[in-house]
Amino acid sequence: MTEPLLRVRDLKTYFVTEHGSGTARAVDGVSFDLYPGETLGLVGESGCGKTVTSLSVLRLIPEPPGHIRPGSFIEFAGRNLLTLPPRELRAIRGNQIAMIFQEPMTSLNPVFTVGDQIAEAAIVHQRLSRRAARARAIEMLKLVGIPDPAQRVDHYPHQMSGGMRQRVMIAMALVCHPKVLIADEPTTALDVTIQAQILELLERLQAELGMAVMLITHDLGVVAGSADRVVVMYAGQVVEQAPTPDLFARPLHPYTDGLLASVPRLDAPPARARGRLHAIPGQVPAASDWPGGCRFHPRCPYAWDRCRDEEPPLLDASTGEPGIHSVRCWLLTEPQRRTARPVP
Amino acid sequence: MTSSATALVDVQGLVKHFPGERGYFGMGRPRAAVRAVDDVSFAIMSGQTLGLVGESGCGKSTVGRSILRLIEPDAGRVVIDGLNVLTLGGRELRALRRRMQIVFQDPYGSLNPRLTVRQTLAEPLAIHRLATGADAERRIAALLQEVGLDPGFARSYAHELSGGQRQRVGIARALSVEPQFLVLDEPVSALDVSVQAQVLNLLADLQQRRRLTYLFIAHDLAVVKHVADHVAVMYLGKIVERAPAAALYAAPRHPYTASLLSAVPVPDPKAQRPRIVLTGEVPSPAHPPAGCPFHPRCPHPKKDGRCRTEPPALREVAPGQLAACHYAEEPL
Repeated sequence: MTEPLLRVRDLKTYFVTEHGSGTARAVDGVSFDLYPGETLGLVGESGCGKTVTSLSVLRLIPEPPGHIRPGSFIEFAGRNLLTLPPRELRAIRGNQIAMIFQEPMTSLNPVFTVGDQIAEAAIVHQRLSRRAARARAIEMLKLVGIPDPAQRVDHYPHQMSGGMRQRVMIAMALVCHPKVLIADEPTTALDVTIQAQILELLERLQAELGMAVMLITHDLGVVAGSADRVVVMYAGQVVEQAPTPDLFARPLHPYTDGLLASVPRLDAPPARARGRLHAIPGQVPAASDWPGGCRFHPRCPYAWDRCRDEEPPLLDASTGEPGIHSVRCWLLTEPQRRTARPVP
Repeated sequence: MTSSATALVDVQGLVKHFPGERGYFGMGRPRAAVRAVDDVSFAIMSGQTLGLVGESGCGKSTVGRSILRLIEPDAGRVVIDGLNVLTLGGRELRALRRRMQIVFQDPYGSLNPRLTVRQTLAEPLAIHRLATGADAERRIAALLQEVGLDPGFARSYAHELSGGQRQRVGIARALSVEPQFLVLDEPVSALDVSVQAQVLNLLADLQQRRRLTYLFIAHDLAVVKHVADHVAVMYLGKIVERAPAAALYAAPRHPYTASLLSAVPVPDPKAQRPRIVLTGEVPSPAHPPAGCPFHPRCPHPKKDGRCRTEPPALREVAPGQLAACHYAEEPL
């Protein structure tokens, strides 16, 4: 395999809780690699730490209340982003690593035209003149499929629909041709027909520009259609990671398995379409109070003593190339305990 | 599924137009009215679920609220269990409200933050004079148990609950007056997948146990497939297709339904489905296109001048399946 573009090791991002008394371990020892040109899906439910992970990569965590613990390591192009002086970090942020957010409504500045906002990064990072930057903004609007780009460049965000605004966000992020695009729930606020347009646009731009995409989402359908590899997060940790086809064919962590089984599916056979859904009992615990042992054990149908007492490490479950499929679950050491999905 | 003897809910020709806003701080000329709901008809059999689907702004929530008269519709007829909802006055309407309730999407915005769960559930019991005092306490405990919450939650405030727990309280509140008919307006779209499954299972159990009739409003076609007996698809204030769920999902006849279905991501990387990606966006309901409202985005190969000028009627194109498309019989 080629060298990773981005290497995240033992990332720990903690927050002081509201009352100042506790610590929320939002991201607690996360490691993964991002390879050039690939799409990596980062999946999990609210509160699992996927957004905090992505914000930590760009050091966008507000301090206080948050802080990235010493010992965490995020390597990009041979350098640790976490120890980079602010000036050098700014040269990377928005230039080589760019980000798009979930809310196209609140992530754009309402008092500047979309053209100004797209041009800003080109002026700052590439030292383009205002005129050249405006031409670049029009070119970008055209690239992301906005009709009449020469007129639209002078419009304000409120004059555009949600789908259009998300296209503007993408144009802003891509104006410097970044090597890495972090997309945090880029289609969650959009209708399904617009979501399909945006996903197709991202796919096309990725192929044209050859960038790596870190796609953060709660939607397993989006991951199945777009990602090459998937990292599943639960309670601030990576619980499973695998190539997409592997993960869907052979989900090994009971959480991944449960999550997949709880999605109502359009492709369900008619006989199953109206049956009961598999539900994971209980709810995600609070980040200030992760359960001891395996963090999933209170909700896990297989849990036994060892799961309550001892936290499992990420274990290799690959059938082919070592290390490509790993799972944080003791079942791997005692596979005979795994039966057909038990009723919780 | 027109007004037959067993339809609990019968809606005919429902219309709701919102007046256009005035520009210049209310002194300018009013803009064009928004035709949020434009001649919508359907019926729901007792004990069944009708899924009402469409994208934001299509008018599906306005339909749900107009039926309950939380919004006053401009025209149409709504009959629930033989009573004409739109002509009832104060006292009778209040009596009828006991039999029809709503569960809202946002479990954060729909509970009063200053009330405990007990107070939230006691209010409808008091208003409809169903129970007070110790009797009310007993019913509240039973309700909480029925929606899968420990009766100890009665003392909690909304902010102490998770999204899923709040939605259960919202459901308990709707059930407290023992309705026959529930409007469920995006009841699970704010919830995480694992919690969504819990709430969908709960709604299915309650429907069976209490013989409830549901109008299930949602944008998620996979969720609707899981719960609905019949499905109606809305676009720009109109129903463009209405059919038994099995027929609609197996063979959609309106090109909009087909496009919507093909756009839903399926959690299976091996699924190679032809994807119809619609161009453009939903036009403003204040200025719907002439002819078929869907024609500017329609991918149908037969699309022609007729689609641009002549609005298609909602007509039966297969047994029990209605579609508003001139070319519904032609392959897409």
